Order: sequence, then structure tokens, then C-alpha cells
Amino acid sequence: MTERLRVHVDPDKCQGHARCKALAPELFELDEYGNAHEAGDGIVSPGLEDKAWLAKSNCPEIAIDVIEE
Amino acid sequence: MSDVSQPAAHPPVTDWVHDFDHTDPQWTEDPFPIWDELRAASPVVHTERFLGCYMPTTYEAVREIANDTEHFSSRRIIVRDVRPEVARNAAPPITSDPPVHKPAKQLLLPPFTPDAMKKLEPRMRAICNELIDGFIADGKVDAAARYAKYIPVRAIAHMLGIPESDSDLFINWIHMILELGIKDESKLLQAVQEMSAYFRTHIEERRSKPTDDLISYLMNAKDKEGQPLEESHVLGSLRLLLIAGIDTTWSAIGSSLWHLARTPADRERLIAEPGLIPIAVEELLRAYSPVTMAREVVKETTISGCPVKAGNMVLLSFPAANRDPKVFPDADKVVIDRRENRHAAFGLGIHRCVGSNLARMEMQVALEEWLKRIPDFRLDPAGTVTWSQGTVRGPRQLPFLLGKAM
Ligand code: SF4
Repeated sequence: MTERLRVHVDPDKCQGHARCKALAPELFELDEYGNAHEAGDGIVSPGLEDKAWLAKSNCPEIAIDVIEE
Repeated sequence: MSDVSQPAAHPPVTDWVHDFDHTDPQWTEDPFPIWDELRAASPVVHTERFLGCYMPTTYEAVREIANDTEHFSSRRIIVRDVRPEVARNAAPPITSDPPVHKPAKQLLLPPFTPDAMKKLEPRMRAICNELIDGFIADGKVDAAARYAKYIPVRAIAHMLGIPESDSDLFINWIHMILELGIKDESKLLQAVQEMSAYFRTHIEERRSKPTDDLISYLMNAKDKEGQPLEESHVLGSLRLLLIAGIDTTWSAIGSSLWHLARTPADRERLIAEPGLIPIAVEELLRAYSPVTMAREVVKETTISGCPVKAGNMVLLSFPAANRDPKVFPDADKVVIDRRENRHAAFGLGIHRCVGSNLARMEMQVALEEWLKRIPDFRLDPAGTVTWSQGTVRGPRQLPFLLGKAM
């Protein structure tokens, strides 16, 4: 059984440290203020799972969720 | 008359847990064992010094305070011996609380995004190489005074559109505000006045000749009612950018080079794997975080179970949080390829450092260019390393011998 991952940024918690974008540029985008949101629908393509977890564990604001679907 | 550059002495500390003092020479020299001692005693410790001051010692307690703008105000951001009246628009947004904080911060964010910093990178590489050209043939150098110090000041001068050749003037103001000002109000006021006068001249010039630098950017900015910012706001933000941009990254670059000078294995690894430098920069930021901000308790509350009373200051030590072994395994070691690293070197919550993307870029470039041209270096045993005091911690004298040891 394969599980699919999805990333989500909580906009109320994100303070724009930009760690997620640096570590997983495929999964996150920054707005004009440097605050992050997930790219597209947040679905993590196969092979990028590690990057998703890495971004989560490096976000100083604990703003990133990695959801197993 | 004696030189006022020596701050008034505080009695030496004999009981760190109940009487700590972040300006004590022992703390300045080597704070790490002191933080461990304080953390073992309590998540929040208190001193009567500085008219009453708390210090959270754990990552969790630091996070709680950073996120609690109701009980902890940013109107004062440096722990000092005095509590003069709070100046309006002292240095927005760092000195602002909600709700005025957000618009002031949003104004400054766009020029400091990672993409904006990418455009600045070639200029930074050129500055680093110019600096290296100035000493590489000598075989020795004070890497703090002749390298680390000039990288951030020239970067922010470049962004503000003020002459990079005025760097020494700016550095002196910062020293007066962040170090001497802790104990000598007159030094702080003098520097603030000189700085404001300097920026007023530049503002005047731009009225007749607009430019595309940050001064013009702030002059042209509008508030949410569509009105231009008050001049005191523009000046306050300009002072902030200059103050915050200099000492901090100078310290971070200096501490990183200090570490690499003493740790040949890490140095060799970064030379062999330059792709690791961005990750190493995060770890060096964690281990040697330069900046400790302050808050003022404005309403009684509890933090990690400890009562805190209004009227006291808080030494919001992000550096101590970053050494909390509950959050960082082997917190006292520099693990150059540490992958999980949610360090708080740039603060947490709404006051996250506006310049963090700039600082990261400067650190990466400074280390890359240095290691490319100077792969071998070590501390000069004939010299002395000295550290700054107070709000920002980093080496101020860093004597190195360059090249392979004979
Ligand atoms: S690392 Fe966290 S705080 Fe930083 S931009 Fe990403 S989600 Fe936001």
C-alpha cells in the first residue's frame, strides 16, 4: 500500500524564515513578503518525501504539516 | 579625562542562577557553561540587576515569550542599566507591538526576500574578494576586523544607497548603541542623533534626485490610508536597518571562521563538499547565534510554570534556546551536517529578523569565497581573540595565521 504525502503551511504561523523553500524548492513557494505556501495542491511527488519531512523539521515556527493520505 | 569607551563596571557575579549578568566578562568570554547551569536550575531565572530581569533558558520558554505579545512588549529591546522614556518610532518594526507592527514589517519584507538577495550576491562576492586581496599576501590577518566586519556593513550601505566608504562611521555608531549604550545613556543618544542627522541629509538629497535604493523606497512608501510615512518612521526604520544589518552578521561570520580555524576536520569537509556550506551555515548559526533580543514584561503571567512580574525586562536569549539539549541532540557540539535544525537564531514569532535572508546569503558567500582562496588558516597563538558584549555576541579580534603551518 502506498501512502501519499501532502504538505501544508499554516499561514497564521509562518513568519517567512524561508527554510522550507531552501530545502524543498519543489514543494514550497514564497509570496512577495517571503511568506510560504505549499506549491500547487501540496501533493508530494514520489522521491520528494524526504524533502517534505526535512522542511517540516527545519521550520522554526512549526508551521508545516506533512499529512499522510 | 578617561576614555568613555569603557562601560561602568558591574560587581562580578558569584551566583549565576540568582544574580546573572550578561555583561560580566566571564559570560562574554564563554557563556555556554553558564547557560547550561541556568537551564539546569530553572526554565526561567531572574536577576535584580538591570532593574530586574528574567531570562528564559529553554527553547520552549523562549518560544512561549516570543509568541506572547500580550504580556511581553517589544517597546524596549535591549536590556540596559536604565529605563528611559520609550521613544516613539524608535526603530519600527522591531520596537513595535501589534497592531502597528504588521504594516511596518510588511513594508520592509519585499526588499529582503530570497529572490531579492540573489540579485545582491555578485556584489557580495566582489566585496569579499576585494577584502581578501587586501591581506592575503601578509600571511596573517585579524579576520574579524579586516574581513567579517566589512561584509555586512558594505552590503547594507549598498542597499540603502549610502557610501560604503562611510563604513567606519556606521560601525562606530553601532558600537555606541549596542555595547556602550547598555551602561552609558549619553553614548547611545549621541549615536542616534548623529545617525538621524546623517539620514536626514540623504533624505533631503533624494527629494531633488530620487534613486532606487532603500531610502527612496521608504520615502515613497504609503501607509494603509495611502499617506506617506511620517518622517520619524522613515528615520526609525533606516536606523534599524543600519543597526540590525551590521554587528549581527559580522559576528556570525566571525564566529564561523573562528570555529573553522579551530576545527580542521570541518574546514576540510567544507572544502571537499562546498554544497554542504548552506547546511553548515545553519549549524554555525545555531551553535554561535549572535543575537539576544529583549522584551519588557507588561502584564503578569507564567512561563513554563514560572511566574513573571510586570516591570521586569526579559533577556530573550535565542542563543541559549539553541543550546537546549531537549531540542537539539548533542546541543553543545557543532555537527556541521546537522539535518534537523529548527534553530531560533533569527528569532521566533512576528519579530523574525527581516534581514535573515540577507544574513544567510552573506554568511554563505563569505565562507565560500574565503575557503576558496584561504583553505588553510589557524588562530595566531601570539594574538588574543576578544568577544563583544551584550546584545550581539561575536569575535571582535580574531588573529589568524594564513597558509599551511611550517
Ligand atoms: S520555514 Fe516555516 S516559517 Fe519559514 S517560510 Fe517556511 S513555513 Fe514559513
